[in-house]
Amino acid sequence: MKNQRTKKNFHLRIPSQTEYLEIIREFVSRVARKVGFKEDDASKIELAVDEACTNVIEHAYGGDGKKMIDIAIQVDYPGQKMSIIITDQGRGFDPSKLRAPDMKKYLQEMRVGGLGVYLMQSLMDEINFEVKPGPKNQVKLVKYLMNNQKQK
Amino acid sequence: MNGFEVMRVDNGEVSVLRIKGFLDAHTASDLEREIQRLLDQKRFKIVVNFRDLTYISSAGLGVFMGFIEEVRGNKGDIKLTNMTPKIFRVFDLLGFPTLYEIRDDEQQALQSFNNQK
Repeated sequence: MKNQRTKKNFHLRIPSQTEYLEIIREFVSRVARKVGFKEDDASKIELAVDEACTNVIEHAYGGDGKKMIDIAIQVDYPGQKMSIIITDQGRGFDPSKLRAPDMKKYLQEMRVGGLGVYLMQSLMDEINFEVKPGPKNQVKLVKYLMNNQKQK
Repeated sequence: MNGFEVMRVDNGEVSVLRIKGFLDAHTASDLEREIQRLLDQKRFKIVVNFRDLTYISSAGLGVFMGFIEEVRGNKGDIKLTNMTPKIFRVFDLLGFPTLYEIRDDEQQALQSFNNQK
């Protein structure tokens, strides 16, 4: 494997229902561990992907369980990173309005929900949104395998 | 069985909920229902034991946020115990340790309720 330029792709297409989050987590964490992530990082990736998919199920598709979520994983060597791209065809949102909540304010108000994006940002090295409501919304989550230069 | 179970044990005024499995957007409502049942029975002193919980997402954390005001408004509290490092990390990332009393075990949490009397 060393010094060999390769990419590996994994793909899961699954109904937009919370009961399948379990399968999504299993898929993502299995791949992460298989390609060399330690337990700790694999569980961070698993949680970040769960949060992204929960948002799709509850917001983008608004609970319509007949819709589908696509989860594509790309592992790059020797770049040593894992990218997870979650795609839906549901309602989009304005990513510029998507900011991590003000945690202090949040804790004071003790509001429910809205923590997913904050968690995704805390757990992953990179996070990117691409929104085209209807045709395609995508969130891309990236974690580096080796040097963990942005280790959080 | 959908991957999550709650077992309730009452100890005087305090109710202990031992939770098991995973707490995500699918199973959070099971825990919500159980806590709501306690509140309906006017039981506001609650301990949640995380020993057998293997996973939590923000949907699971949201359950605790949803009830804490009402519980504290009735002179009760929700105290959390036996968290594995993995579960604690999620609570910690979201700043929850400043909001909730987190104890090593049930005994400590029961003790701390008794000391408040």
